[in-house]
Amino acid sequence: MRDPADGAPGGDERQVRGPVQRKGFGLAPTGWVDPRGRTLGAWAFAANRITGLGLVFYLYLHLGVLTTLLWGAHAWGRFLGVATNIVFLGLDVVLLFGLLYHGLNGVRVMLVGTGFVTDRQRALWWAGAAIGTVVLVGGASHFLGGR
Amino acid sequence: MLNDVEERGRPPEPIETRRFNVFRFKRGDERPHTDAFDVPVGSRTTVFEALRWIQVRRDRTLALRHSCLHASCGTCGLRVNGREVLACVTAVRDLGREITVEPVANIPVLTDLVVDMREFYARFPEEHPLLRHSEFLEDAASSEGAEEHVRFEDCIECGLCLSACPVVVTSERYVGPAALAFAQRVVEEPRGAETVNLLTWADDPDGAWRCHAIFECTAACPSNVEPAGRIMALRGTLLGRRLRSERTERDRA
Repeated sequence: MRDPADGAPGGDERQVRGPVQRKGFGLAPTGWVDPRGRTLGAWAFAANRITGLGLVFYLYLHLGVLTTLLWGAHAWGRFLGVATNIVFLGLDVVLLFGLLYHGLNGVRVMLVGTGFVTDRQRALWWAGAAIGTVVLVGGASHFLGGR
Repeated sequence: MLNDVEERGRPPEPIETRRFNVFRFKRGDERPHTDAFDVPVGSRTTVFEALRWIQVRRDRTLALRHSCLHASCGTCGLRVNGREVLACVTAVRDLGREITVEPVANIPVLTDLVVDMREFYARFPEEHPLLRHSEFLEDAASSEGAEEHVRFEDCIECGLCLSACPVVVTSERYVGPAALAFAQRVVEEPRGAETVNLLTWADDPDGAWRCHAIFECTAACPSNVEPAGRIMALRGTLLGRRLRSERTERDRA
């Protein structure tokens, strides 16, 4: 962006920049997620960011959990005992949702964002939702079926 | 009376009262605040008419921009209940009992509902022509005194797309949907204009590649410019240009 004062009439009188209204909940970092009057694209974007943040959190959690291997087979076996309880398996289903949403929406954004199907972004989202739901239900029954 | 039609003698419409919570800010204020006004409205009253009523009957210091009053100039762009609209063509009856009116987001406020559009225009490439040669037939007669016919672009430069875009919040340097849609328009139909520099300008992390394909700009656009679709088309052009350039370099090697 160029300097807006460059050669603009009245530039001298407007040296003080007024407040900039942002969306969100009053805090600058929330500006990208303002639910008022938004369309499917904004919800898809917000969910993509939230699942992305969740996956980054999971990555570090996963690396942290793997360090239990440093404490030997007994520590790892004890962790597996915790990891196979119903709460943990439920979190695995949440993780699968995050992966599916972020991945499928990523494919949609890639197809739309490179100019291939610019006018089908909504249809692509619903197609991804249908595929994701089938895989999520299959995955959830696989995770929880043995319980 | 709230609109011209009523004043011309049509049967009076049922009047009800709506509360308008209006954003206020004057130079020297420490921070913005909101003023509430109860406004009588009819079934055809627009947000602009309600704001004018407030200005004339309740608070003459309320500042708002307007010009054409038929969605052609883009000067009365506002956020009403969080949504970007042109106040002159937005009916109050479609809104709730309490209506929040704010200036567009992501552009500095000058006073009340008026924003400093210089920051909007500063996002455009420097060669941004406000007027273009029109499609007027070459063999048609020109108007007396006119050497050539020109027309405005479809974009009415209201800034609503910039306000609606969630990505602008994440990067102040992002040039935004209006400027990119303009660039694509010129690339699509150059009419003798230089496009290489324009494509180079757009081929930037804070240019066409910053867009996240959210399409809020297209939803907000009152002029059917479809900025998001244009940005995606621009990306397609940029992608093709990059691939061709890489192939040429490979062939040379």
